[in-house]
Amino acid sequence: MEALMNWLEAQLADNSIFTLQTLGYYGEGLVTTVQLVFLSLIIGLVLAVPLAIGRGSRHAWLRLPIFFYCYVFRGTPLLVQLYLIYYGVVFVEGIQDTWLWLILEKPFVPALIAFTLNTAAYTTEIFRGAIKSTPRGEIEAARAYGMSWGLMMRRIVLPSAFRRALPAYGNEVIFMLHASAIASVVTIMDLTGAARFVYARFYAPFDAFLFVAAIYLCLTFAIIYFFRHLEKRLLAHLKPASG
Amino acid sequence: MHNAKLLLAATLGASLFATTLHADEPIRLAVDVPYEPFEYKLPDGTLTGFEVELGNAVCEYLDEACTWVEQPWDGMIPALQARKFDAIMSSMAITEERARQVLFSEPYYTTPSAWITAKGNDIDISDRDSLEGLTVGVQRATLQDNYVTDLYGDVLEVRRYASADDVIADMRTGRLDLTFMDYPIAEAMIDIDTPESDFKRVSDFIKEPEKYFGQGVGVAFRQRDRELAERFNEALQALKTNGTYDEIMAKYFSYDVKL
Repeated sequence: MEALMNWLEAQLADNSIFTLQTLGYYGEGLVTTVQLVFLSLIIGLVLAVPLAIGRGSRHAWLRLPIFFYCYVFRGTPLLVQLYLIYYGVVFVEGIQDTWLWLILEKPFVPALIAFTLNTAAYTTEIFRGAIKSTPRGEIEAARAYGMSWGLMMRRIVLPSAFRRALPAYGNEVIFMLHASAIASVVTIMDLTGAARFVYARFYAPFDAFLFVAAIYLCLTFAIIYFFRHLEKRLLAHLKPASG
Repeated sequence: MHNAKLLLAATLGASLFATTLHADEPIRLAVDVPYEPFEYKLPDGTLTGFEVELGNAVCEYLDEACTWVEQPWDGMIPALQARKFDAIMSSMAITEERARQVLFSEPYYTTPSAWITAKGNDIDISDRDSLEGLTVGVQRATLQDNYVTDLYGDVLEVRRYASADDVIADMRTGRLDLTFMDYPIAEAMIDIDTPESDFKRVSDFIKEPEKYFGQGVGVAFRQRDRELAERFNEALQALKTNGTYDEIMAKYFSYDVKL
């Protein structure tokens, strides 16, 4: 370990910007960004499935609130939502005296809430479209088999909808990664926050931001690769038959 | 081919002509507003403040037209390099790192910083161990940021904000226990050291070490604009001696900021 650190230090000896300290900031930023994006995507996905089903409901009392939620969160900039949630929670009377404040006091959770609600709204719309485009014949066949609504959803509609939604959802994941760059406005030291810090310290915008751009590119590459792999497996039946 | 040459000649000619005309173009000075009492806007939208008035006085002395350009702080130096304006007169303290990028005039003022907390908090800055785990807010990319990060980064949790407004907002929400702030800013924004203020100062005025606080605040120019910097130095020196500087200073400060 020590040998590794010495080697790294020697490598970095002739530049004043990328020292072990600043690389440490980038490292912590990477962890924060990945945590923030991963958690918000997972929670957003879990929220989006029932919302997408409800969004297509025949009952207006279920459909309309979900429509309204999606409309608001897709219709306003994420930055504005982040500000509203970060500074807005304070206006809830007496919140500073409850245990909730212990969580909301740190910038991480307000940002996580904003990102989650935002991605859930987009994902709901992606899934709704996929559910809606289920071929009629599949539904009729399921009914003909006497499947209940729940069983039909679970066995027929949702599995094929998820497959259809996959490419669009992969896009949403990449967007979310890039959108997370605004987390630093509420003092979170994410990747962009680290880049801003280094930039501010050394007045070297190109070095600081090119480096961080490269890290984002690597992350995006991993996401693309993951989704390509997933598509290959799950959408294998759509590939033209070969041989 | 011939046309291209002609065009080239015309462009060259035009650019030569432009340089000779340069004297008539206004000098563009950049500020980041609001930064009371140095630069801020009156309710009717006019720009004013200590540096704005001083800058105008310099221009008047030099018999030059000046315009003010608003530029957010963290893009200040790159925008100067990109010729979006000609000089920064926005409380930019002279530091070695900045001096590698820009050319500074002689310093024209200096202000102390101070540790501030909410009234009701009991914090002793000199007792390092008692600071463990507290949060401090600073404006990103300021001297205060560097000072706190280097000297207190190991005990305090440093949170960096885009503007002083955001720091104050989170001081009020209770997210921050402390802020380390340029004192005049604290005076203007939260009436520090008055009975009405919600906040109190918990340290002396801090102006050292020079490594962080520099030699004071200077006007920043592009490295190559040596001539313009010299003229500014001459004007500032004249204003300091003929009483104009003191007159402006008295309007904004109850203490001496002159250098």
